[in-house]
Amino acid sequence: MIAQMSALLKRDLRLALRHGGESLMPLIFLFAVIILVPLGVGPGPNLLASIAPGMVWVAALLASLLALEQLFRPDLEDGTLEQWWVGATSPMALVVTRLFSHWLITGVPVIVFAPLAAEMLYLPDRALGTLMLTLLIGTPILSLVGGLASALTLGTNRGSVLLSILVFPMVVPVLIFSTGGITAAAEGFSARAHLGLLAALLILAVTLVPLATTAALRLNIE
Amino acid sequence: MIFHRLKVGFHRLGSPPTFHKLCRVLSPWLWAGFLLCAAIGLYYALYVVPPDYQQGDSYRILFIHVPAAWQAMASYVIMAILAAIALIWRIRTVEIMTMAAAPVGAAFTALCLATGSLWGKPMWGTWWAWDARLTSMLVLLFIYLGIMGLYAAFEDRRKGARVACILVLVGLVNIPLIHFSVEWWTTLHQGATIRLLGESRMHPSMLPPLIWMTIGVKLMFGAAMLDRARNDLLEQDRRKNWIRQLIGESA
Repeated sequence: MIAQMSALLKRDLRLALRHGGESLMPLIFLFAVIILVPLGVGPGPNLLASIAPGMVWVAALLASLLALEQLFRPDLEDGTLEQWWVGATSPMALVVTRLFSHWLITGVPVIVFAPLAAEMLYLPDRALGTLMLTLLIGTPILSLVGGLASALTLGTNRGSVLLSILVFPMVVPVLIFSTGGITAAAEGFSARAHLGLLAALLILAVTLVPLATTAALRLNIE
Repeated sequence: MIFHRLKVGFHRLGSPPTFHKLCRVLSPWLWAGFLLCAAIGLYYALYVVPPDYQQGDSYRILFIHVPAAWQAMASYVIMAILAAIALIWRIRTVEIMTMAAAPVGAAFTALCLATGSLWGKPMWGTWWAWDARLTSMLVLLFIYLGIMGLYAAFEDRRKGARVACILVLVGLVNIPLIHFSVEWWTTLHQGATIRLLGESRMHPSMLPPLIWMTIGVKLMFGAAMLDRARNDLLEQDRRKNWIRQLIGESA
């Protein structure tokens, strides 16, 4: 099982690296938002600092949506997905691996470059640690929820609109707790309550989403 | 013995003709019950209960707003129970009933948001506030819309229903969040004033119309859900033999 998982992970990462342009999309998206917003709402440092948590998070959210449409579809079309059920010891392990590689490709770059984005939006330095923590806890939830939505819409032919409608209500709590925590930290309060709730959401997502995603994929290849 | 008969009855519901017959028999009674309860409830609400000392007559919208809000959440719980039954026992009629519950629940959520907004303009001075309860109800509406959209997007109706049932169960996570949102975040929307256990923080004269309206709304949910399920079943099975026989009988 471990061998199958690591083979899939290596393949996914290699494909992402060779399609250099595509794997840079989340970062380009993040910085497009970060650069366009000050031009749109005006460059006042106070205004930008107050909307910085929300901007970074909305950008991370939209960046994670980009690759979702193609998360399982190519594998469904060339028949690989069926082989997961025929050949693999545990299809759920492969589903988890695929979601993990989605997070490595879309979540991690955003986390790495978040300090730069925060600096460009004048986020106070004392909130930077909280921003990084919320991204570290929150972006895996985005990948999990997005993967579930992608699996649910796999059997339809107009997946992309539906995909965003399904993802949006499920990620609202993540957005609220993350930006709430960062804003609290920026104002000098403790963000522990927000981070705790965010971690609870992550635990919930990690335990439930693989089950639901596997069930949805299975229904779609029947 | 009784248990055995219940079990047989439950299994018979899986058969489309039996299910269709049950819907046809139950639905007029539920509609009649709804009309009766709503008539009594609205009479009390509009003529018997005195106006509020501060809000005058405009508070009376709560007799629609509160039952609609309760039913918006109750519909989801009912739909989730149906979805679990449908996924576990793979009963097609229950799948159809689950999908019939979604638009009705969405309608109650929209009604709750609309009546709240109409009341909010003169009372809070705004149509909308980004308050915890309001936002979570809006999220509920989008979950309902997502379920309906997912069901409609599949060409194979049966597959669409089963995939949407998974989404129904996942979305259940949001229900406690909506229910407790007024207690966890004390924002603009008031907290719960009506309690099943202990004293309600509301004038006792307002309770009877509220109870009548709540019962009425529940009956209406049942009636609308059964009607929708029956329509969906008739449409899906329109080329099947049992429908031909049914038409033959009535013609």
